[in-house]
Parts: sequence; C-alpha cells; structure tokens
Amino acid sequence: MMQALFNYQFLQNAVIGGIFASIVCGMIGVIIVEKKLVMMSGGIAHTAYGGVGLGYLMGFEPIIGAFLFAVLAALGIGAISKHTRSGADVVIGLFWSMGMALGILFIALMPGYPPDLSSYLFGNILSVTRSELLMMFLITLLVSIAVIAFFNHWKVFLFDQEFAGILGIKIAWLDNILLILIAMTVVALIRVVGIILVIALLTAPAAIAAMFTTNLAKRMTSAALLGIFFCLFGIYLSYQLNIASGAAIVLLSGCTYFLLYLLKRIRAKKSLGRAGSGKNL
Amino acid sequence: MTKTAIHVEDLSVIYDQTVALEGVCLDVEEGEYLGIIGPNGGGKTTFLKALLGLTKISSGKIEIFGQCGQPFKAPLGYVPQFSGLNKAFPMTVEEVVLTGFISSAVKPFFKYSKAQKEAVKDFLQKVGMLNLAGRQIGSLSGGEFQRMLIARALAVRPKILFLDEPTASVDARSREDIYQLLKELNKEMTIILVTHDLLAISSHVGRLACLNSKLVYHGEPQLNEKIVTQLYGCPVDLIAHGVPHRVLKDHEGGCC
Repeated sequence: MMQALFNYQFLQNAVIGGIFASIVCGMIGVIIVEKKLVMMSGGIAHTAYGGVGLGYLMGFEPIIGAFLFAVLAALGIGAISKHTRSGADVVIGLFWSMGMALGILFIALMPGYPPDLSSYLFGNILSVTRSELLMMFLITLLVSIAVIAFFNHWKVFLFDQEFAGILGIKIAWLDNILLILIAMTVVALIRVVGIILVIALLTAPAAIAAMFTTNLAKRMTSAALLGIFFCLFGIYLSYQLNIASGAAIVLLSGCTYFLLYLLKRIRAKKSLGRAGSGKNL
Repeated sequence: MTKTAIHVEDLSVIYDQTVALEGVCLDVEEGEYLGIIGPNGGGKTTFLKALLGLTKISSGKIEIFGQCGQPFKAPLGYVPQFSGLNKAFPMTVEEVVLTGFISSAVKPFFKYSKAQKEAVKDFLQKVGMLNLAGRQIGSLSGGEFQRMLIARALAVRPKILFLDEPTASVDARSREDIYQLLKELNKEMTIILVTHDLLAISSHVGRLACLNSKLVYHGEPQLNEKIVTQLYGCPVDLIAHGVPHRVLKDHEGGCC
C-alpha cells in the first residue's frame, strides 16, 4: 500500500482529501452533535443532490452545484423553520426529499445516457480530482479560521443562545454563519462518503470523542484525528479488499462507535456492581 | 428618590394567532424584588423575554431605566430555565461563568483577561460554589446548576436580574439557599423572579404580579383566595399553617 501511495496520484489525492474532510468534520461534527443539528445536516446534504443534477444538466462542475444548493438549503431551512409552527422537522423533511427529487428530475432532463451518480451518492474518495482537492482545501481553511478565530463566541452561542443575545451578540448572524459552515462541510464530505452517508462521518467521530473528553477544543481535535484514522484506514480497506471506500469509512466509524459504547456500558455496569458489593460488605 | 427601573405600557405579544400577553401595564422601581406568578401558559416567561428583548412585542412600550428600544444600556442579568440548556455541554463551571464577560462585538481571537478570570472566583464565592469551579457542568445537581447560572448572570454586573423559575426541579434545601442568595443580591440590584413557588411569593418577594395573559394583580405579596381564583381560573383554597400552601378544591371540569 505504501509503495502504491508513492506511485499513484489518485491514492495521494484520496489521502489528502481524507485529511481535509476529517479536519472540517471534527470541528463542525462536534457542533452538530452538541447543537442537535444532525437531521438538519442530513437535510442539507440530500438537498445538495439537486445541485449535482443541475451541474450535469447545465454543464458545470456538479460539486459547485452541490455547494450552491447546500448553502441555499442551509439558509432556507434556518429561515423558514423560525417562522413556521411545525418547526424545523417538517421543513428539513421537505428540503431533503425535494432536493433529491430535483436531482432526479435534472438528470432525467439530460439528453442521452444519464451519468453515473453513485460516487456523489455513496462517495468515492479514490476518484477525487485535483480541482476537487483544491476546493476541499479552501473549505477546510475557511471553516478552520471561522471556528478557531471566534471559538469563545461559538462556545457562548452553542451553550446558551439566549444569553448570548442578551449580551448583545448578533445571534442571527452567528446562526447563519453556522448554517453556511455546515453546508460547506457537507460539500467537503460528499466526495469522501457521499450524500447518503455523510451523517455518519459527521456524527461518529464527534460522538466517540465525547466519550473520552470533556473539553470542547479537545473534543474537536480528537474528532478530527479520529476522522483521519477512519478515512485512511477506510481507504486502505477499500484498496486492499476492492470495496467501496465510502461504505468502508462509514462502517468502520459506525462499528467503532458501537463497540466503544458497548465497552463503556460494560465498564460502567462492572464499576456499579463493585460499588454495590462494597456497600453490602 | 427611587428611579423607575422598568416601565411597561400596554404590552401585547401575539404568537401566530395566540395571545400570550394582552395590554400589560407595570412599573418596577429600582431595588424592587418583584415576583411574577401565574398558570402554565399564562405568559410569565414571554413577559420576561419581552423585557429582555428576546421576544418580539406586538404592541406597547418597554422602558428600562428610561431607555426605550434595544439594545438597552443598563446591563441585564438573566437566569433561564435550566431545562432548556444542554447539561452535557463540555464546559466547566468556571468556563460558564466566564462567558458572562464575553464581548458583544464578535471579534476574532477574543480572549478573556486575567482580571476577568480572577473575578469569576469572586462570583463563584458569592454563590457558594468556589470549590466546584473546575467541575464539569454535567455533574452538577439542579441547585448547583442554578447557582452557577446566577454567578454567570452576576458577571454581567447587572442592574436588573431576571430569573425564570430558578427553583424548578431543585430540592427544598437548595431552594432555600437560592432564596437567601437572591435576598442578598437584592441589596445591590433589582430582581424580577418568575416562579410557580407560592412559598417564595409569600416569604421572599417585595411586590407581586399575577399574570394570566393579562395582569390580574400587581401589589403587595399577600395572596388571597379571590386573586388566586381569578388568576388560575378555578377555585383554590389557601391554607396557612406557618408555611403557606394551596389546595385545589374538587370542582367539575377541573382546570389548573
């Protein structure tokens, strides 16, 4: 594998892309998990499919279309759900399915044979191009700057939005920035694990990190490192076993989460039992 | 001469087509300790949020120390209902209190000063939580969590402290500790307390407002059966045996 990594550019692209995606995933994933925005992220990711379809139909880079749709979906879901009685749930559901429907419609309107969209739906990190890599780098840079530079304000906003508002912090502004950051992260992850599997990579590393660290900054760093491990090991498995890379990465991260969760439960039960028997003595 | 801290004139708040508050008029003097009671859905929290500028008002006027319109110059402290907060959020007690010093302008690479970090200890001392400064908030009891939120509100150095049901889900001893703390704080600031706790109303607050969409009563904190019946919309007995409490009468088509 190491020899192949030096020989093949597609493998180098995959490794670099995986690292970029994991960094944004670590930072934004923790925010998504703490702010309970997992379904919102799923909605944004699936709406992006409409942009992929539009890109193919209009003849521009599908990932640019995905980016535009993701940002519009993020802002749209955020704005509409604030003004409806049904709340975010219904709006997310509608954006989710309408985005997918638009993607299907745009592809159907294309003349000739439809393109293979499985790499957008399920990801294929091994086929990441240099231009996509450049976009992932820019997204990683922007998201990292936005999170690190305003870290203390994010912390106040994430813990208690109302309190931040009373202090005079422009929470609507932060809200919109956060939604755009989520949209950008989703786009960075589309080529890695695909639209359908994006939620797993956003949540699993963050949830695993939450099991071991109680500090927000450390949690983000740990989630990013875990993401890098899952991506690189997933690429390795994909290369060695000739299986889909997106599925390998997602299954690896999901299984690790459940395994660690189980171990934690068993450990907690054991220590509870020990405490109980101590009392009986 | 005491100043008017809060002046509310003909305040109405309507969500979609639901009237949460209707024509509320109320004045609060500087240094006053006002308790607000009312049934669930009676508009207590909405009233508090309207005063703090967190809820858009439909009509009427709110003045804080003579100033009308946001943002208010007078620093306002707020202790929210803690059920609405994420108790598992990865922060320590010290970090939460420190957030009271955050700058309102979202500047890049904002850092808290050493003096602010030192001041946090004073506020924690004031609420009796200095020994818990490094604790994760997820491991706090209900009473400790509330006292931490009060310390955070104090970091703003508020002229008015607003509290939304600070004794909900708190044991009896912690409840009494919180009331004693508020009594002390009232020497330095105006306090507006929203509560369901009728004991607090009788024993601790200086003035009382009863809200059920409209302002049913505003005056001395002496509840009688007539006021409570009017407020809750059904017959209620008030029995005082040193510790006042209430018993709901059996009645047809029960309410409350």
